[in-house]
Amino acid sequence: MDTALPDMPSTSRKIDIAFILKKSLVSALVALVLFSLMIGIRTEAGPSGQLTYWTRFGDLAMMVVAVFAGSIVIEWLRHWWGPVETIRVVPPMAEKALSLAGRLVAPALLAFTFLVPVIFYDQRYILDLGILVLTYVMLGWGLNVVVGLAGLLDLGYVAFYAVGAYSYALLATNFGLSFWICLPLAGILAAFFGVLLGFPVLRLRGDYLAIVTLAFGEIIRLVIINWQSFTGGPNGVSGIPRPSLFGIPMTAADDGFAARLGIEFSPTHRIVLLFYLILALALLTNWVTIRLRRLPIGRAWEALREDEVACRALGINTTTTKLTAFATGAMFGGFAGAFFATRQGFISPESFTFHESALVLAIVVLGGMGSQLGVALAALAMIGGFELFRGLEQFRMLVFGGAMVLLMIWRPRGLIGHRAPTVFLKDNRAISSDLVKEGR
Amino acid sequence: MGPNNILSVENLTMRFGGIVAVNELSFAAQRRKITALIGPNGAGKTTVFNCITGFYKPTTGAIRLQHDDGAQFELQKLNDFRISKIGKVARTFQNIRLFPGMTALENLMVAQHNTLMKASGYTFLGLFGLPSYRKAEKEAIDLARFWLDQVNLLDRADEAAGNFPYGDQRRLEIARAMCTRPALLCLDEPAAGLNARESAALSELLLAIRDQHGTSILLIEHDMAVVMEISDHIVVLDYGVKIADAAPQAIRDDPKVIAAYLGAEDEEEAVAVMEGEI
Repeated sequence: MDTALPDMPSTSRKIDIAFILKKSLVSALVALVLFSLMIGIRTEAGPSGQLTYWTRFGDLAMMVVAVFAGSIVIEWLRHWWGPVETIRVVPPMAEKALSLAGRLVAPALLAFTFLVPVIFYDQRYILDLGILVLTYVMLGWGLNVVVGLAGLLDLGYVAFYAVGAYSYALLATNFGLSFWICLPLAGILAAFFGVLLGFPVLRLRGDYLAIVTLAFGEIIRLVIINWQSFTGGPNGVSGIPRPSLFGIPMTAADDGFAARLGIEFSPTHRIVLLFYLILALALLTNWVTIRLRRLPIGRAWEALREDEVACRALGINTTTTKLTAFATGAMFGGFAGAFFATRQGFISPESFTFHESALVLAIVVLGGMGSQLGVALAALAMIGGFELFRGLEQFRMLVFGGAMVLLMIWRPRGLIGHRAPTVFLKDNRAISSDLVKEGR
Repeated sequence: MGPNNILSVENLTMRFGGIVAVNELSFAAQRRKITALIGPNGAGKTTVFNCITGFYKPTTGAIRLQHDDGAQFELQKLNDFRISKIGKVARTFQNIRLFPGMTALENLMVAQHNTLMKASGYTFLGLFGLPSYRKAEKEAIDLARFWLDQVNLLDRADEAAGNFPYGDQRRLEIARAMCTRPALLCLDEPAAGLNARESAALSELLLAIRDQHGTSILLIEHDMAVVMEISDHIVVLDYGVKIADAAPQAIRDDPKVIAAYLGAEDEEEAVAVMEGEI
């Protein structure tokens, strides 16, 4: 396709109509071939069991025209805006303002997040959504260590989320341990499972690694379903204790939070506590990851993503480096799992399907692998955006898919498409992600 | 092995299935000297390198390394990363293997992983930014700065290594290897793809590494001008077998070497190659 591009300077905005039409026509043809069977002919079992079919050429024509028109719009937008690599002449003033705005996004977002329970105190829906988004931000940041930094494609991240959730649920219901004791235990257990997964996949990369990690996620789920006596099987674990504020329960009881402060009891107090709890956990994940990136272990992870052979030639023990990446990522997944269990009060294997792994991985990829801000924005867009489209009912998935496709066209390397160096001599210049290797 | 030899390869054989890539090879690399390993394409030079640096386990034979302080290692018994970590053998690759998405400085920091790892208390102390780790990191940056300066890349320290032109990438890879503070530096075709001016600069750099840093160098190279100029000793391989092992002047005149290099069809041309004219 690239060779077909007309030879013109990248700053030019001349629109080549013939080229656009040609490309759109090709797309329309592909759509025609695909949809003629998928939409054009509808088959169904007839009343007496025989196959009946009827044609829907009107719908087919509509789809093909829609694809044709859509390609024209996309190609035209591409010519107008250009792909990511295009050098655009931006006035220095505007560039300065943009970079300033870029630097302000993260602090502004953080400040806003802190204020969410204050602003939306009366809106339970928004608070719940905020907690959900923050859970996925935390999961995204955790997986980012494995996929974004170490470049190990992990499709079974939900396993560690499940291990964390079940660790807390079982420890709390069987031994009556408090959330604050169980939280580190859940993290440690998940990290242990991370190492357990790490060992067999040490020599694997790319597709093979993805398959094994995918299987690992399923194995954990199947074990939970089938080990009825221990995990409760498909019935799950119920009656998981709610978190307390360092021993003060968030209940209407006499020694509860509200009674001690002398204010009227409200169930929202607990929601606000949960909100700040997951915010604190997510920020801990973020802080640790940012610190680790600047430590030798973090640099070794990134070097591992870039070139494993060179790492070994430099005396880096790639085995322990990979295992620590798996363990660190799993530990954060375990924390998030423990939080999930205490928030829900009830967990069952249904919450830990492959869908969750895929969603978290999509958040990491969409955010721009390795970028903390990008992952947070992607989690907001994926989880929040999904809620935003709720009004569209059955077209929600369609709109959502379309949005993903558009995003991948313009930002193929994720929302934040560059890597910040961990150390610098003179100037801290971001590295274009075209040079950075992708997680494999 | 004598104390003058940093590395001695003894009866090294490497078989891949039925193919014998290296056959009963024995040679030694002298301390604080540049030893060149030359030979036609497919002679088994890179295989020897991969055996020395642990990427292959030799079928039979021994590779002995002796540090200045007398510590001895049998490299064929060490895991690949330990050869660099405790054996202090660093290498570069024929097809450059930098970390393209990391800056030049970061590349050199990764090379000091083991020193920094210890200084950071295996991450736990470093996480809280203890002063002892910060001091170690500053020293690592200083070492990186020194080597960037040595290879003339100090101005580009904060640029992504993947953006560097070919010649700069070659030099950066040597600087990265030197940041591991090696006793033996193994260079796989460092002059490949360099122009005459860059090759001359490379020769100077390698001589400085030998003379000022006391690092012994083992070198695979096709550029005879470089080999003849800087080598103290040359080992010639052909079809996995050593055919000559002598000082550069003797190699230049060795009819067996000339024959191996050019099939002995045109002796004048062979001589010209050996003199570094072609």
